[in-house]
Amino acid sequence: MKEIIELIRKDFRLEVRQRYALNAILLYVVSTVFVVQLLFGHIIDDATWIALFWIILLFAAFNAVSKSFVQEHNARWLYYFMLASPVSIVLSKIVYNSLLMIFLGFLSLALYIVFFGFPFHNTLLFYSAFILGCMGLASALTLVSAIASSAGNNTVLMAILGFPIVIPLLLLVIKAFVMALQVTISPQDIIKILVSLFLIVAIIVILAVILFPYLWRK
Amino acid sequence: MIKGWLWKISGLLLVFYSIIAGLLIHVPELPVVHQTIRNLFFHVPMWFAMFFMFGTSLVYSIRYLGSMKLKDDLVASQSVSTGLLFGVLGLLTGMIWAKFTWGDFWTNDPQLTGASVSVIAYVAYLILREAIDENALRAKISAVYNIFAFMLLAIFLGILPRLADSSLHPGKGESPSPMGDLDPMMSLVFFPAAIGWILFAYWVLDIRKRKRIIEMQHQL
Repeated sequence: MKEIIELIRKDFRLEVRQRYALNAILLYVVSTVFVVQLLFGHIIDDATWIALFWIILLFAAFNAVSKSFVQEHNARWLYYFMLASPVSIVLSKIVYNSLLMIFLGFLSLALYIVFFGFPFHNTLLFYSAFILGCMGLASALTLVSAIASSAGNNTVLMAILGFPIVIPLLLLVIKAFVMALQVTISPQDIIKILVSLFLIVAIIVILAVILFPYLWRK
Repeated sequence: MIKGWLWKISGLLLVFYSIIAGLLIHVPELPVVHQTIRNLFFHVPMWFAMFFMFGTSLVYSIRYLGSMKLKDDLVASQSVSTGLLFGVLGLLTGMIWAKFTWGDFWTNDPQLTGASVSVIAYVAYLILREAIDENALRAKISAVYNIFAFMLLAIFLGILPRLADSSLHPGKGESPSPMGDLDPMMSLVFFPAAIGWILFAYWVLDIRKRKRIIEMQHQL
């Protein structure tokens, strides 16, 4: 547990020190939202709102998460190998990336609300699905980035491997968002979709923890 | 002699039987589908064969992570290729059927989404394999990806139809269940067809596996 917290702190410090990476993603989010605003104008229909929002967030996630394993050099890997267990390394990366994604997500959401308004009625469902979606994206892409980095740090590979993995999650989140548009939804439906979202995130994390040690041993 | 000839020949005979009987038997007159219902004997067994192939590949990927024997990896990768062949055939037969009953080659249907995402995921698996040169490393990384992708796709395919409001496929949404009211005459052809195509897929896998082993021996 202490190991995990220490590793998260290390990632956080690295991020603060190399601010260019975070700033680049922030600029990416701002400029895409701005481009969308220029192209679509102010009023867009709800389906477009949701679709564009998740496309922006998806690419931000690919940019943000892909460097989590790629940025580490081989020599540093050896160093971590001697210091920490693979399970705590992958867990720390998942937690760190989830926090980063939630931060980026809320930032893009704020920008998005400023430009395009907020059409959702059920805010509780919206925010829970939103946070679960960010966590799921971050954890799925963490393992994919580990796979891509062991296959020779290929960024194209990251995109190819990542898309089929995140499509199920993305469809579920978008389904939840569409539900949140309605004024009245039955509580069972809300529970059903949130439980399926939670389960899919939990399974991604469990699989990552089981599978990562195999990638680790080289 | 052919090794394990009994199941191979019976698979082949079942496929021939399903093609001949499938085109000849009397099928119930249903609105919209009419005679295209016969495609059920070809379209659905393709998906069965594909899932059996991907399932085999999952089993061998898990075995590889336990045993680290390259032969397990070889079976895993060859069953993915074979499964993809059946997946593409399933998509094609489905598209032809859809054109004649629903009016379009492609519709926004949860079954179609699930099928295409699975096919994309396994094409990504093959691309991942090509990106790595070293045998042992390639086997290990692709096994990890295979397990991860299969588990997520399995959940996805389980959840997806229940989340969808409606589907054009029978048994989902408002349409009636497919197996419950399958015509007794048709089920006499359908189940042999499914078993036949699955056995046929394993035969294809067997040949591909042996071919690959010979190729590898020549390289060494």
